[in-house]
Amino acid sequence: MSDKENIAIDVRDAVKRYGDFTALKTISLSIMDNEFFTLLGPSGCGKTTLLRMIAGFEAVTEGAIYLYGDEIENLPPNKRPVNTVFQNYALFPHMTILDNVAFGLEMRGKSKSEARKKAAEMLELVQLSQFSARKPSQLSGGQQQRVALARALAPQPKVLLLDEPLSALDLKLRKAMQLELKHLQRETGITFIFVTHDQEEALTMSDRIAVMSAGEMQQLGSPTDIYERPHNMFVADFIGETNLLEVSVDGITSGRATCHLGGGHELTCNAVEGVDVGSKVHMSIRPERLYMSDAPLETESLKGRVKENIFVGTDITTIVDLQDGPDFVVRTSNSDRGNKRIFEPGTEMFVNMELGAGRLLVD
Amino acid sequence: MASKQFDIKTYAGFKGITLLCLVILYAPLIVVTVYSFNASQSLTNWEGVSLRWYADVFTGPESGKFKTAAKNSFIIAIIAATTATTIATLATTGMVRGGKFRFRTVSFGLISLPLMVPEIVLAVATLIFFNSIGFERGLLTILLAHIAFCIPFAYLPISARMQGIEDSYEQAALDLYATKRQAFTKILLPLMMPGIISGFLLAFIVSLDDFIITNFVKGAGVETLPTAIFGSVKQGIKPNIMAISTMLLSVSIVMVTISYFVSKSDNTK
Repeated sequence: MSDKENIAIDVRDAVKRYGDFTALKTISLSIMDNEFFTLLGPSGCGKTTLLRMIAGFEAVTEGAIYLYGDEIENLPPNKRPVNTVFQNYALFPHMTILDNVAFGLEMRGKSKSEARKKAAEMLELVQLSQFSARKPSQLSGGQQQRVALARALAPQPKVLLLDEPLSALDLKLRKAMQLELKHLQRETGITFIFVTHDQEEALTMSDRIAVMSAGEMQQLGSPTDIYERPHNMFVADFIGETNLLEVSVDGITSGRATCHLGGGHELTCNAVEGVDVGSKVHMSIRPERLYMSDAPLETESLKGRVKENIFVGTDITTIVDLQDGPDFVVRTSNSDRGNKRIFEPGTEMFVNMELGAGRLLVD
Repeated sequence: MASKQFDIKTYAGFKGITLLCLVILYAPLIVVTVYSFNASQSLTNWEGVSLRWYADVFTGPESGKFKTAAKNSFIIAIIAATTATTIATLATTGMVRGGKFRFRTVSFGLISLPLMVPEIVLAVATLIFFNSIGFERGLLTILLAHIAFCIPFAYLPISARMQGIEDSYEQAALDLYATKRQAFTKILLPLMMPGIISGFLLAFIVSLDDFIITNFVKGAGVETLPTAIFGSVKQGIKPNIMAISTMLLSVSIVMVTISYFVSKSDNTK
């Protein structure tokens, strides 16, 4: 393989079974060097299992895992040059912060003084130098999180594994840590594999995302791909908010599919491979791609009546009742209030979208 | 927090019952302790405070017997508690960290069963065992018996402690290039230490105070403190017995107190 050098982790047909239960069904994926890669999915989807298989805490039932070309699935965790940031941080409670960070270096054969010197540098990188003599319990959650990061990065692993490390932090801190993680990844140039169930977190930080569900990979792509061009129902529904409409495809001409939904409404959107004429599938339309007007515009327009407006800070969410059709959710950003209209509940109006806003899904 | 209304302290008779229980539990101990400082020959007549009977324990006619017995007791307690604690620590590590194995539940039961079996049954069984393998009774038989029955006492606090230690600590150690042995000695063992100390102290006390099993398996002429006291009492209770008992009681109290504080000190937090 020509780009073998560039593949940090190569998972080939990996399967994980616990007795009769299959936690992971034949997963293959390549994670590139220097990539911020995210495994995203609801709990129980197998994302953590896959991460633990890469770390060496779970045996691989079938298949192989390569780390920069070396087969590693049979190596114990201490022989794999990858480090993990654990969900609960797992900082050694009886050691100081400095000793925690120095631990991996010492175990790798560095002298105590050398290890501590390097550990002090790492603590500086995460701006925690002044806490080096403290015990983990004397630090806040966010600080512990950064110690865990410093500890995992100190031995300069080839790949850093992060198992939902931000889930215990409050929203504000989590947002700050997302940026810090992203910066740290760029600064160190180490490949990050990040596990999360939080789609917003995944979209914010990742170069690429693998969306997983029920032990299978649903879609692999960039955040834009996954958000704008979801492949199936699960991905469209799991990532962000969306209007899922049941449609039947009436015709496909030159890349355009004409679909109709209940109540005689008709919509045109881009055709998708795997969806043929006559099939009954779902269409996903993001609420922010819709806008309202009092007369039909030349783009795709559907007549409806406003049911309710909900103010959610940055946006206003409008629930629209399409006559004889499904309910629509329309989101108008508050910054767009000048260009876009908001209607009072009960008003009849039209919901418009650009061609291409709707996305047909393979079920 | 229980609301005021359901606070058990407001129930009728709470104070009375509490007092009654405390009196039943502690009155005999207090009487023995107080009368150990009695100046009188008599057990029941109070004639003023004196350390006479304490001096008698160390210098009186029975002092030689008691000294040898005390030495035996402490040697046995220290060796038995150390050995039992080591075995219990390894057993805990195997059983709590060994993953699921076939006889795990059975093993848990087997290890703690001796706590439920009447001591006299254990004593008889141990005696029969030593006899059947032709073991001559003496200090060694006492020691072996003590090691055996101390294991569950050491095991309980250690395993309680171990169950509170998440296995992510060891995983983190392995992840950071420690070998399994290093993960055990550098991470797990220090975290288990409060449980181990607490288990050791408990085993020590149980061994030091044991009478029934010791009495069965000891050889002729070999005495520990409890059997020596019992032998003495058979010839009539003298106030020096109360002095010894009080000293033994203080050792127990000190040990139990240390054990309590050690097990409370949580180094995982």
